[in-house]
Amino acid sequence: MTAVTFTQALDIDPTPFVRRDGTGAARLELAVKGVRCAGCIAKIEGGLKSVPGVEDARVNLSTAKLSVRWREEFASAQSIVRRVTELGFQAFPYDPDALIKHEDEEGRFLLRCLAVAGFAASNVMFLSISIWAGLDGEMGEGTRTMLHWISGLIAVPAALYAGRPFFRSAFASLARRQANMDVPISLAIFLALGLSISETLLGGHYAYFDAAVSLPFLLLIGRYLDHLLRRKARETARDLVVMQTATATRIASDGRTEAVAPRDIAPGERLLIAAGERAPVDGVIEDGVSEADLSLVTGESAAVAVKAGDTLRAGSLILGRAVTVRATARAQDSLVAEIARLLEAGQQSRNRYVRLADRAARLYVPLVHGAAATVFVGGVFLGLDARTALTNAIALLIITCPCALGLAVPAVQIVATSRLFRRGLLVKSGDALERLAEADTAVFDKTGTLTVGAPTLTNAASVAAPMLEHAARLARASKHPLARALAASAGAGGVAADVSETAGEGLEGTIGTRRARLGRASWVGAADAPAPSSSSHIWYREGDDRCVRFDFDDELRSDAKQTVTGLRDRGLNVQMLSGDRDLPASQVAVQCEIEEWQAAADPKAKVRHLEALRDGGRRTLMIGDGFNDAAALAVAHVSISPASAADASQAAADMVLTADTLAPIVEAIDVARAARRRVLENFAFAALYNALAVPLAAFGQVTPLIAAVAMSASSLIVMLNALRISGKA
Amino acid sequence: MDAFLVLTVAAIALGGLGVVVFFWTLKSGQYEDMDGAAERILIDDEEDARR
Repeated sequence: MTAVTFTQALDIDPTPFVRRDGTGAARLELAVKGVRCAGCIAKIEGGLKSVPGVEDARVNLSTAKLSVRWREEFASAQSIVRRVTELGFQAFPYDPDALIKHEDEEGRFLLRCLAVAGFAASNVMFLSISIWAGLDGEMGEGTRTMLHWISGLIAVPAALYAGRPFFRSAFASLARRQANMDVPISLAIFLALGLSISETLLGGHYAYFDAAVSLPFLLLIGRYLDHLLRRKARETARDLVVMQTATATRIASDGRTEAVAPRDIAPGERLLIAAGERAPVDGVIEDGVSEADLSLVTGESAAVAVKAGDTLRAGSLILGRAVTVRATARAQDSLVAEIARLLEAGQQSRNRYVRLADRAARLYVPLVHGAAATVFVGGVFLGLDARTALTNAIALLIITCPCALGLAVPAVQIVATSRLFRRGLLVKSGDALERLAEADTAVFDKTGTLTVGAPTLTNAASVAAPMLEHAARLARASKHPLARALAASAGAGGVAADVSETAGEGLEGTIGTRRARLGRASWVGAADAPAPSSSSHIWYREGDDRCVRFDFDDELRSDAKQTVTGLRDRGLNVQMLSGDRDLPASQVAVQCEIEEWQAAADPKAKVRHLEALRDGGRRTLMIGDGFNDAAALAVAHVSISPASAADASQAAADMVLTADTLAPIVEAIDVARAARRRVLENFAFAALYNALAVPLAAFGQVTPLIAAVAMSASSLIVMLNALRISGKA
Repeated sequence: MDAFLVLTVAAIALGGLGVVVFFWTLKSGQYEDMDGAAERILIDDEEDARR
C-alpha cells in the first residue's frame, strides 16, 4: 500500500468529523504533519484566524494536533482543511472520541502520587537525618520520639496516597493467585509503616518512615517514565492510522452523494468508489466494470478485473472506472471473519509469554519472604526477644525491597525503545523487545514489505527523456496509481492544457500543438504487447507518432537486500511467505537472496507455516503489511509492520516502522539483544546486592540510615547501567 | 523548642503549598503541550496578544 500522499490528504472530506456544540460553533480536530517550531505554530494559528468565522485555532506541538473552532455559516470544514494545506502542512481529520482519555488520566494519577511521595520523602529525610545525627546520645528520647511523630504524620498519609498504584496492582495480582513485583513492594511499604509506628509508640531508636516514602518515590519515577513511553507509542500508533483515514462516498436514496466516515456505513447502503479510492467496507459490486488492486487483501501484485456481482473486500483499491458497491458489513466487521478469529487465537497464544520481570518475581518473592520468616523464627529460637527478631525480619524485607529489581526492566526498556523510536521503529510493548531478542527465524511478506507496494516506472531509461516529460504533463492531472507513478518518475513539472480523463481508458490533452493520449492500448490505438517481466503498463502517443510503452513493476525497497543480509549475519534464518503468484515471488526471492520461500500462500497457509515453525521450536519474527498478514503477525513470536500497513496489521504487530525503510529492523535486533544483556546484568546486580543485604539484616545490622543509602545507591546503579544502551543520539 | 516547632511546621506547610500548587497546574492542563510551551515564547505576535 502506498503511503498517503499530498493529493490524497486533500481529497478527504472532513465534514463527517466536525463536532457541533450547543452555541452553534463547530469544532474540528486535525492531526497535522510537519509542525516543528514556533514559526509553524504562528503560521497555522495566524493563517486560520484570518479566515472569516474562525473563533479559535490552537496547535499542540507535542502531539502535532490542531483544534479549530469556527462558525459554519462563514466557512466550510473543507475550506478550513484547504487553508491549512495552503499554508504548507498536511492535515488529517480525526475523531476526537477515539482518543483514549483514560490513558491521560492514568498519567496524571501517577504524577500526583509522584509529587506527594517526593514532597514526603524530602521532608521526612530532613527529619530523619537530624535523628540519625543525634543517635550517639546527644538527642534525648523525648525529642527523638517527637521527631518520629512528626515524620509519621507526614509519611503515613503520603505513603498510603502515593503507594496506591502498587497496592492496586498487587491486589489484582493476588486476586489471580499470583505474586508480581508489586506484592513485595506493597508489603514492604505497609511493614515499614507498621514497624515505625510501633517503634515510635515504644520510644525505640529506629523508625523507617523515610524508607516507607522514598520506596514509592523511587519506584514511581520508573513507573511514570514507563507510562510516558507507552502513551507516546500508543499515540504514534494511532496517528499512523489517522494518516490513512479516508472518507467514503455514500449514495443516498434520492441519488445525491455525501461524504461519510467509514465507521458510519451500515450494511445495505450504496457507496460510490472512484479510481484511486479504497473500499472502506466489504461489499458487492452493483454496477460498473473496473480493475482493482487487491495487494492489501491477498498479496497479489497484478490488477484484477472486477464486475457487477463480484465481492469487493475492504482495502481493495479501485484502479479503473468508478463502481457502485452495496455494503455487506460494517467497517469493524469487514475484516474477513476468518482473519479476525485467527487474530484472536494468535494473540491468546502470545499472552502465555512470561515477561523476564515476572519470571524474576516468581523466584524472588518466595525466596525473600522465606528468608524473612527464617530470620524471625531463628532469632526467637536463638534467644532474641520477639521485638528484636521481628524488627530484624522487617528490616530485611525493607532493604531487599525490589527497588533495583523493579527499575531493572523498565529503565532498560525505556532507554532501548526511545533509541529505536529515534531510528524510526515504534515499539508498542516492553515485552516485545524481550521476544525480539529471542527471535531466530525472520519471515518476510513480499508485497509492500520487501517491495515498495506501489507501481514504479521500470523502463524510464529506454524512453526518450522529452517523451517521458510530455507523458508526465498528462499524468500529473490524474489520480490513477500508474499515472502517479509516471509523474513521480518524471519529477515536478507542468500540466498540459485541457487534460480530460476517461475513467478506465486514459487521459487526453494538448502537448504543444498536437493532441496526445495516455492510457490503455485501445485508447491510444496501439497493438498491445506487454513486456514479460512487468506487472502492468500504459501507452502514450502524440498525434500519429509511434506509440511508447511505459512498464511498471512493484520494485524492491532499496534496503531490502541489505536488511536480509543484516539479519542473516545476526544468525537469523530468513524466509519469505507471499500471497502473490510464483513468478513475481521468485524474482524477489532471487534479488534478496532468500532461499526458503513460498508463494500463493493465503492467510491460513501463512498461519499454518508460522505454527509449524513454532512447533519445531523456532522463535519467529514476522514482518508483513497486508490484511492477509494480520493473522500471521499475531501468531508469530514477535512481529513488525511497515507504517503503510493496513490498520489491522498495525494493530496485530508488536512494532511499527515509522519511516519508509526496513533498516531499523536490523538495529532493533541489536538493541533488543543488548537490552536483554543489560536486564540480566541488572538482575545479577540485584541478586548480589541482596546476597550482601540479607545477612546484614539477619544479624540486626541494618539501621534506617544503611537502608536509605543502600536503596538509593542500588537504584542509581541500575539506572546508569540501563543508560549504556542509549547509543549516540 | 517553640522556635523549632514553629519552623518545622512552617517548613512543611510551605512544602505542602508547593504540592497544592503543582496539583493546580496539573489540573489546569499546563503539562499538555510541553514542546509547544517552550516554542511559543518565540512567537512575536502583535495581533494576538492574548497568549
